Amino acid sequence: MHYVHSGLLQRALCENVAAMLYLDHAATTVVRPEVRDAMAPYLEDAFGNPSGIHGVSRRAKNAIEEARERAADLLGASQPLEIVFTGGGTEADNLAVVGAAIAGGGRRRIVTTPIEHEAVLESARFAEKLGCELVVVGVDHEGRVDPAVVAAACDDASIVSVMAANNETGAVQPIAEVADLVHARGGSVIHTDAVQAFISEEVSVAATGADMISIAGHKLGGPKGAGLLYVRTGINLEPVLHGGGQELGRRSGTHNVAGIVGLVSAMEASAADRDAFRRRVGGARDRFEDVLRAELGDVVLTIGEPRLVQHSHLRIPGVASETFLIRLDQAGVAAAAGSACQSGAIDKSHVLEAMGASDQVAAESVRFTFGWVNDVVDGEQAAKRVAAVAREVR
Amino acid sequence: MRALVAMSGGVDSSVAAALMLEQGHEVTGVTLKQWQGADGSMPTSGCCTVADAEDARRVAAQLDVPYYVLDHVADFRERVVEPFGAAYVAGRTPNPCIDCNRRVRFRTLLERTEALGCDFLVTGHYARVREDAGRYRLLRGKDPSKDQSYVLHMLGQPELARVKLPIGEFTKPEVRAEAERLGLRTAAKPDSQDICFVKDDYRKFLRENFTDVAVPGHLVDTGGRVLGEHSGTVDFTIGQRKGLGVALGEPRYVVDIQPATATVVIGKKADLESTGCVLEETSFVAGDTPAAGSQLDVKVRYRAEPVPAVISPTPEGVSIRFLTPQLAVAPGQAAVLYSGDEVVGGGTIADVMRVKAPADGNS
Repeated sequence: MHYVHSGLLQRALCENVAAMLYLDHAATTVVRPEVRDAMAPYLEDAFGNPSGIHGVSRRAKNAIEEARERAADLLGASQPLEIVFTGGGTEADNLAVVGAAIAGGGRRRIVTTPIEHEAVLESARFAEKLGCELVVVGVDHEGRVDPAVVAAACDDASIVSVMAANNETGAVQPIAEVADLVHARGGSVIHTDAVQAFISEEVSVAATGADMISIAGHKLGGPKGAGLLYVRTGINLEPVLHGGGQELGRRSGTHNVAGIVGLVSAMEASAADRDAFRRRVGGARDRFEDVLRAELGDVVLTIGEPRLVQHSHLRIPGVASETFLIRLDQAGVAAAAGSACQSGAIDKSHVLEAMGASDQVAAESVRFTFGWVNDVVDGEQAAKRVAAVAREVR
Repeated sequence: MRALVAMSGGVDSSVAAALMLEQGHEVTGVTLKQWQGADGSMPTSGCCTVADAEDARRVAAQLDVPYYVLDHVADFRERVVEPFGAAYVAGRTPNPCIDCNRRVRFRTLLERTEALGCDFLVTGHYARVREDAGRYRLLRGKDPSKDQSYVLHMLGQPELARVKLPIGEFTKPEVRAEAERLGLRTAAKPDSQDICFVKDDYRKFLRENFTDVAVPGHLVDTGGRVLGEHSGTVDFTIGQRKGLGVALGEPRYVVDIQPATATVVIGKKADLESTGCVLEETSFVAGDTPAAGSQLDVKVRYRAEPVPAVISPTPEGVSIRFLTPQLAVAPGQAAVLYSGDEVVGGGTIADVMRVKAPADGNS
């Protein structure tokens, strides 16, 4: 089936093709045309390796350093070298958690939460194998972190990692308060995974208060395989990738020049569009939920506010998510549930488990996520199609 | 019509999917994820591995049909893997593939067939279904060396009405030729013989996953004399000749396993003979138990030749008397009844009538 993106892009580009309603923008989203254009030269004649002395290299080197300055400006970093380019969000999380935990500064503890992305949780478990102590603090039934609980656990912690917003439910976390309380105790650095949040929430050094911030390009309309870690000056990180010493030794490996340029272009486009995104895409999500409720009556949203405006995490009682998602796929609607394992089967979500959800609730929960291409018309159309499938399944 | 095709990633189910498509059906491919290790990983050998699911996915992509992996790990663990271990603890020789087909696989797949809006289920088994005036018959596959009707004997009328087995109409070389003709990537893929949830050695798997399977005890002869020691009844199956750990000059076999005392009885070939067996968990394709005194052919192992036997119904199932004594009939295995090429039904061997009663381990 040919996937077509609804809303702006569909109407602009794909009017003649049978429409597929793509409602899995949190998994990954459509590359923005201006991002693709910005990347194109670095896949063509500006192909150079930035680590060289000749003109071809200089052009590539200039591109990544310019991108670094722009990313630093966007995040409010104090200097461009606080930006470390990585091969995506997972790698940024690995560098932050493992890098800070091993560097340690005499402290052995890692504090995090059970709703973090696996990139943080598994990195923390890896550091635990290397001798660090792992403390995972609880969350409430909406999967929200209590800043006081985090702060109480952070004595002797080298790193505290709390995500800015959850990728499954969309729960926005009080990261600024967490950062304040943790900093008040002194001695720990705070990392936030802002991969899912960046497109719709203000993410900056000032807004989050974090010492390290992970961002990924492909969630923002940029390319896959490109991300960055903001690292506040003075933080000592042990590298996790070893080699040629790029990124001041913090991330070895030849720079993904086109990817880096695309990442930063996507960050800029997202930041410029953010207020409009909240109205337009949030409007699509709200209309989706209103119409779905009107059509089906019985629709249970997983969490209340504050949540990401693009996320609709819900269940329709009596409708098992596995069957529902396949029937939706057959009907041309792409949605998600929990997290897919390597085989593609749906595993019980560790996030819902941490929230204390029953097995049945977890097995009925589905995630619809809207993206930068959507508007309110899509929300209504999506709800009607989803409701029709739900009625068939129920 | 809409076909749900159970795809294992092997050549047979790949061809089944492609044939359904050629016949004009709308195909959806599924793989049941049945097992994962403690760390969430899937096995790397056997019939439901990561690589196999990947092959199934690639074939589905080549055929341009939707494909999904469905999770039934919990159900499979409870109804297949746990009883597999329990059977060994009880000194039996289970057939987990049959337990899976009987208790999990077809029920799950037929439920999904309906839930996903499909009209029928297709698998890649070597067996045939025939409709005869509204009744369904289950026949051996065309290829005698690949016939899998044994593992499908539990299918009854409601199941057979909704199951298609296109591969049963072919021999294995014909299936491979079809796969070649269709350009399927699995055309030359070797057949899988393993138990899907066991990585290499099932005895190692049992020791790692069950606590009571490896109780050490005596090896005794049929007179009760102790011949030696063993490190767990799990290492033995009825009829086993190799690896007994005792040298006796002439061929000796495991003739009995007595879990209560962890005793393994060693005897001569003649000590393995039995005159009949009793079946439990029986089912019959037509729905009715055959009349007392019916003479049918019975297959007591997947690889055994069918032999003539007389059937008499019992309250728990059926009792079977072989016309000539049979060797190494093992409790836990399935016995399947045939009338010529047609499957009548079958069940699990609960008890075996020996020509000579084995020694009691306490003597």
